[in-house]
Amino acid sequence: MPELAIDVIRSAVLILMLLTGMAYMTLFERRVIGRFQVRLGPNRTGPSGLLQPLADALKLFFKEDVFPAAADRLIYPIAPALALIAALASFAVIPLGPPLELGGVKIAPQIVDLPVSVLYLIGASSLGVYGLVFGGWASGSKYSLLGGLRAAAQVVSYELILGLAVVGVVMISGTLALGGIVDAQSRSVWYILLQPLGFALYFIGAVAEVNRAPFDLPEAESELVAGYHTEYSGMRFAMYYIAEYVNMITVSAVAATLFLGGWLGPFLPGPHWLLLKMLAFLFLFVWLRATLPRLRYDQLMGLSWSVLLPLGLLNVALTALAVAAFG
Amino acid sequence: MSLDSVRAVALGFWTTLKHTLRPPVTLSYPEVKRQPALKFRGRHRLYATEDGLERCIGCELCAGACPSQAILVEAEENDPEHPVSPGERYARRYEINMIRCIFCGYCEEACPVDAIKLGPEYELSDFNRESFVYTKEMLLDPEKYAPRNQYHADVDRSIDERGVHTTLLETYRKHYPSSTYEDAPEARERR
Repeated sequence: MPELAIDVIRSAVLILMLLTGMAYMTLFERRVIGRFQVRLGPNRTGPSGLLQPLADALKLFFKEDVFPAAADRLIYPIAPALALIAALASFAVIPLGPPLELGGVKIAPQIVDLPVSVLYLIGASSLGVYGLVFGGWASGSKYSLLGGLRAAAQVVSYELILGLAVVGVVMISGTLALGGIVDAQSRSVWYILLQPLGFALYFIGAVAEVNRAPFDLPEAESELVAGYHTEYSGMRFAMYYIAEYVNMITVSAVAATLFLGGWLGPFLPGPHWLLLKMLAFLFLFVWLRATLPRLRYDQLMGLSWSVLLPLGLLNVALTALAVAAFG
Repeated sequence: MSLDSVRAVALGFWTTLKHTLRPPVTLSYPEVKRQPALKFRGRHRLYATEDGLERCIGCELCAGACPSQAILVEAEENDPEHPVSPGERYARRYEINMIRCIFCGYCEEACPVDAIKLGPEYELSDFNRESFVYTKEMLLDPEKYAPRNQYHADVDRSIDERGVHTTLLETYRKHYPSSTYEDAPEARERR
């Protein structure tokens, strides 16, 4: 079964890349937010702090694994794994570059090129919410429960925005496959030019979807201790942490693919372009965190349902008209 | 969501972005050391007169003024042939318990002959309680007798890249008590 073997190897390589990327995203965030706050950030562990993620991982491995007495015996340990699996699985459909020819064998640039990969992405990110909600509920702590409740309400509201923002791209490109969307952009222009409103909606929705500042209400350290992962420690906590950062990387990659032409770009090979575009988005995540204070819960809901949702519907309607008129 | 609030948010983003261009205010501590202010109250030092006598006359006013009873002075009569201090008595034993000391500077205020002063040295941590009891020798000549863990010549000679307080050590060494101010080298030069 050489095809299966290739798939397993590719998946393993991708997971390793994601975990390494996530580890260095934490360092990137800490160094960059340090500069935003006119300080240095961690620079002691290894040259310019490059071994800091390794030190953090080692520390987490040796932490005590606390299992609260009030926690659910079954769901409490499963929840963080669920969040992590959903986060890692989403990345499978993202095309990292042009198709590769290796010894006569054609290797696709993504793990699976689903014809409905956009739907798969939205589905996988919805699955990730169960990790947060289950973890919040199963911890047997009021802070965790409140965090989990917030996660559920927030993600349901913002997934809608995310979906509506993607609909515009799907209508213009005429396909639900990410590879096809990149191809369509290579034939026309980057969709950020055709869908500026859709791009803005997508990014705001994505920030809320991955629970990052200023939409980090499920964690809200100043109100809820640490929200849904208050009771988690050691590697279980690490799984939530990894899931959050991998989700950030994934939504950055999706945003780059849908709106900035994915791996398309002159001079450099495709994966480099994708990485550069992702880095721009990840910088934007840190910039957001350094700038905006956390929204109040009613502001969060008001923004979603009475501002972004009408805008999203308007965007869909206008795009539909434009496609009907010019497409 | 009026246009004004969008403008306000954009202004916020611009403000934070501008901050990334500023040089960080962090000093990389063990390599770069901040110079303490001129009136900083760090480790004590006992002074000698120009002709090599200890200024301390063993009056114990510093011990009396000390709010945390960190100072122990045992005075003795001076031998007229070989005086240790200019006064009638001198401190046979002079010890400061640096764990008790709160660096308030009352001892230097209480001293009638300006024998004790608090200086700029602040890296005074160590591992044993015993090493925090400073004897008279350590206080008179910390460069020579202070515990190695606690003596950091680099505090004194640290180079400030911004060029502030670079002559602090000189100031400290020339920190002559006011009554002998006229005898101080720079005062003599001025004359």
